[in-house]
Amino acid sequence: MSNHDNRPPGGPGGKGHGGPRGPGPGFGGGPPGMMMPGQKAKNFKGSFRRLLGYLRPYRFKLLAVLITAILSTVFSIFSPKILGQATDKLFDGIMAKIQGEAGASIDFAGIWQIVVLLAGLYVVSSLFTYVQQFLMAGVAQRTVYHLRNEVNAKLNRLPLKFFDSKTHGEILSRVVNDVDNIANTLQQSLTQMITSVVTLVGIIVMMLTISPLLTLILVLTLPLSFLVIKAIAGRSQTYFKNQQAELGQLNGHVEEMYTGHAIVKAFGHEEKSKAKFNEINDRLYQAGWRAQFVSGVMMPLMSFIGNIGYVAISVVGGILVTRQSITVGDIQAFIQYARQFTMPITQTANIANIIQSTIASAERVFELLDEPEEVPEQQGRLKSSEVHGDVRFRHVNFSYKEEEPLIDDLSIDVRSGQTIAIVGPTGAGKTTLVNLLMRFYEINSGSITIDGRDIAQLKRGDLRSLFGMVLQDTWLFNGTIRDNIAYGREGATEEDVVQAAKAAYADHFIRTLPDGYDTVLNEEASNISQGQKQLLTIARAILADPAILILDEATSSVDTRTEIHIQQAMNRLMEGRTSFVIAHRLSTIRDADLILVMNKGTVIEQGTHAELLSRGGFYAELYNSQFTGGAAASAAGAM
Amino acid sequence: MLKLFRFLRPYRWGVALVMALVLLQSLSELYLPTLMADIVNKGVIGENQGYIWKMGGFMLLVTLGGTAFSILASYYSSKVASGFGLVVRGKVFSHVENFSLQEFDKLGTASLITRTTNDINQVQQVLIMMMRMMIMAPMMSIGGLIMALSKDAKLTLVLAVAIPVLALTIYLIVRKAMPHFKSIQKRLDKLNLVLREGLTGIRVIRSFNRLEHEKKRFEAANAELTDTSIKVNQIMAFMMPLMMLIMNFVSLSIIWFGGIRISHEHMQVGDLMAFLQYGMQIMFSLLMMSMMFVMVPRASASAVRINEVLQQEAVIRDTDGAGRAGAGSLQSKRGTIEFADVTFSYPGAEQPALSGISFKANPGEITAIIGGTGSGKSSIINLIPRFYDADSGSVRIDGRDVRDYTQEQLRAKIGLVPQKAVLFTGTIADNIRFGREDASDDEVRHAAEIAQASGFIEEMQEGFGSPIAQGGSNVSGGQKQRISIARALVRKPDIYLFDDSFSALDYKTDAKLRAALRSETTEAAVMIVAQRVSTIMDADQIIVLDEGRVVGIGKHKELLKSCEVYREIVASQLSEEEIA
Repeated sequence: MSNHDNRPPGGPGGKGHGGPRGPGPGFGGGPPGMMMPGQKAKNFKGSFRRLLGYLRPYRFKLLAVLITAILSTVFSIFSPKILGQATDKLFDGIMAKIQGEAGASIDFAGIWQIVVLLAGLYVVSSLFTYVQQFLMAGVAQRTVYHLRNEVNAKLNRLPLKFFDSKTHGEILSRVVNDVDNIANTLQQSLTQMITSVVTLVGIIVMMLTISPLLTLILVLTLPLSFLVIKAIAGRSQTYFKNQQAELGQLNGHVEEMYTGHAIVKAFGHEEKSKAKFNEINDRLYQAGWRAQFVSGVMMPLMSFIGNIGYVAISVVGGILVTRQSITVGDIQAFIQYARQFTMPITQTANIANIIQSTIASAERVFELLDEPEEVPEQQGRLKSSEVHGDVRFRHVNFSYKEEEPLIDDLSIDVRSGQTIAIVGPTGAGKTTLVNLLMRFYEINSGSITIDGRDIAQLKRGDLRSLFGMVLQDTWLFNGTIRDNIAYGREGATEEDVVQAAKAAYADHFIRTLPDGYDTVLNEEASNISQGQKQLLTIARAILADPAILILDEATSSVDTRTEIHIQQAMNRLMEGRTSFVIAHRLSTIRDADLILVMNKGTVIEQGTHAELLSRGGFYAELYNSQFTGGAAASAAGAM
Repeated sequence: MLKLFRFLRPYRWGVALVMALVLLQSLSELYLPTLMADIVNKGVIGENQGYIWKMGGFMLLVTLGGTAFSILASYYSSKVASGFGLVVRGKVFSHVENFSLQEFDKLGTASLITRTTNDINQVQQVLIMMMRMMIMAPMMSIGGLIMALSKDAKLTLVLAVAIPVLALTIYLIVRKAMPHFKSIQKRLDKLNLVLREGLTGIRVIRSFNRLEHEKKRFEAANAELTDTSIKVNQIMAFMMPLMMLIMNFVSLSIIWFGGIRISHEHMQVGDLMAFLQYGMQIMFSLLMMSMMFVMVPRASASAVRINEVLQQEAVIRDTDGAGRAGAGSLQSKRGTIEFADVTFSYPGAEQPALSGISFKANPGEITAIIGGTGSGKSSIINLIPRFYDADSGSVRIDGRDVRDYTQEQLRAKIGLVPQKAVLFTGTIADNIRFGREDASDDEVRHAAEIAQASGFIEEMQEGFGSPIAQGGSNVSGGQKQRISIARALVRKPDIYLFDDSFSALDYKTDAKLRAALRSETTEAAVMIVAQRVSTIMDADQIIVLDEGRVVGIGKHKELLKSCEVYREIVASQLSEEEIA
């Protein structure tokens, strides 16, 4: 499958700013008239300044860019006027000939001089443009490089709480799309902005030196252009918004129907789904062509206004020449200026839009950079090898949201080497407990200690390296099986990896794969089964050789026979280690030293299996409910 | 890309019209310099002000006409391009809706979604650009050349040299930059991948204390991307200045050689000025066209992916004569499932997922399937509604081969509850009615009750009218599962298929639900795939699968005696006294 298929789903932040822009520089800010509804920045000035801060290290290069941009523009502005002089020399020669002056001829020596001068100007101007773009490429990309690294480093320091409240798409869209948007703008629009402004000013100056009257005529067409831009941009924005909305609906429907394909088929809803799709598709068509049309009208109208100016100049200029207040070369130069005149105006309008959306992008990135980080860590050190594994929770309170306490006054006492099972219905807070223990979240009050030391006093890295974790969702990365297992411990040898795999009953299946330990897991790791993935994560945890084990529904996706094997491996692993086991299957937790029964955030019962059963409480009910069906079966079996 | 344009067929007149309009527009655009040349040649040199005014008025008319043409062109091209999007989107979607799961496996759901949405958009965007610019460019060039030739054939030689030079320069630069563009895309994907892995694996990374390692990985990917981007942009930095340089040298040559022509009285000054403008217009339109070099490859990658979808034939189709009463005779009672020596393998797989499966499930009975991961439990379920077809052997419903039904007839008999509960946007009632659209409120309520869903539904503020968000993200996994069970129940089918549908329920709810189900399904065949022995202990028939083969069929007690695999599974879950 091609790489394109793995584009991140543009999160809410990623859609529709700036419109599609080609990667190439120098092509202008996208096609003119493609005005998507620009996103407005909340604090334009502040964010703009902050973005400028990132350019600070390159201020000398930027200065060079500025200077070369101005120079190249100025040079190119001069040339039509000089070219006009060449035309004048031709014209004068001809006029002289027509009027029959003796020995009249065209001053080719003069023209040659002009041509050479112009050639020089052109070369220099082009050279400057090249230098400017060349420099900007480095500046733009390096700025963005640092920005990306900064965002990534920031992500590493953010608490898990942040990730719970955002979808991956949203975060990805900030790091990729928004930063990309900034890169494009830096690369293209910034210098374009400079050249546009310089061109505009330069052209007006040049035109004034030729003929104030003609300049006035041309300037009079300006308000007309602004009116057109405003009227069309406003309208096209509403149409584009409509289009965007319909597109969103269409995408939503497609996503839903495709992900639920089996169900749609099983219940015979294909025709209904198609009908709904066609309905939305039709609305999209209606909104779409209107948006395209209105924005497409911009170009002809602008060029119409430009042409009115052109005609006016030809006529008035022609008359002025006959009155000999200007020359033919002047008209020619003026026409060239007039042609260049409307371009920077439309461009600036476009760029203003792009810069708005870029600042909005920058703002979203800065927002992320400003998120509150994890509580700064204390410097307490603890070595995994020296830890016994006594874990204590004392009056721990915790809540994700202030009003809804999730863990309420929880106290547990775990001695080294014990196995603690945590049971309870979904949403009872089992996983939260583990998250607190590893300090993924900060507790609100109370304390958690390991070997008597408060975990809040430890370095996070030290604390976390005490634990080995096997989670329900198996996370493996796009790399070889060997690398994935070796992830558990830095500097693990080949021998260590194989030993760990053997202990986790993974060695056998790995060896049956065509490339063995060198098999590369693909992106979704779909080239091995769920159960096999689970085995790899267990091998990884075994390799880490932690003081305390956490198994969060670790074997839920492994079938029960494989589970027996894993259980054996686990039992070996758990020997002498404090282990926390979260499981649905009661059979896997019966032998625990301590069972914590959780419901709605509190531990409602504690004790061993036998104790809890004899108490006849929640656990007993939960446990017995498992076998009501069993009784029926034995009855059925007896019949 | 071109292949996709066959969908422009219904719009071919529109396209032709756009082309004609653009040609007219280009001509009017090109006619202006000619008129200006007349002003200079006759009006200025002849000092005839009346003529200048007259021609000025004429020019205004021409430009008005040109604008009108161009607005019309924009109108039709918008309609054509959007219409193209409409047609392709509709085609792709309805094509995909006919796919079986096999094609979904092959292309991937996420990929199919991007293909139907983003890829078609991409192509449509480019089509719009093409209609606006790519048609314009050749028209301008041809028109410009004709005009130039009519003014002065010899001077046109300048253009004849300049155009190939320009084209060659563009070609060379693009050829150099193109591979880099491709590798940018790859590196961007790589960066995305690293980032996404960092997000999905955040707990693991932090717990193994490997933040530093991940940071380095990201920075390496980032540096690679940056290097390539800089390189591309530095190459592309050549583009503009070189283009401008060539164009400027063209105007210089025109002035110089034109001057010589004028001095020999082969042409007039006004013509020279017009000629300069033709040259510029031609060059500019060529430059515009070079933009397409960047856009088209992107779009054609999209087009290839869309074509892949369209060319993918659905493997499972209704056979001729399917569904007719004569095709295959109905011998058994309604609600009978029969597998006769069925072998099935997933496309591309080395090992068959199922081999030599035979069993019969009768109405009013519960048939359970148990076995390890990858033993083929879900494959059996998937063969019944014909999500896949068996390689050999036959699957029979009510005594007739499933291939002799139309897919619609077949699936109307079945109520499926999938492993992963899928809900759709709409209310809870809408979702349950997905099973049967004409179900009354009472029937919906009843189904929810049996599915043990009415409790939590009634606790919600709007009860059955409560909205379900896309993907059912506002209800828990267990709740989703119960709603999807209610959806199957309301259908009142002859056959119920539960594919590991109780996994997200706690034991208590699971037990209650199964008890309620018993009374509801007295006349239907029920097949349950399960992991927990307790869920299926009371089934009328338990099929034990191991590596795609049936290793035991019977009741709990019989299997305990006769089937080793079953004993192992049971032993791993229940303690001694519970087994007895």
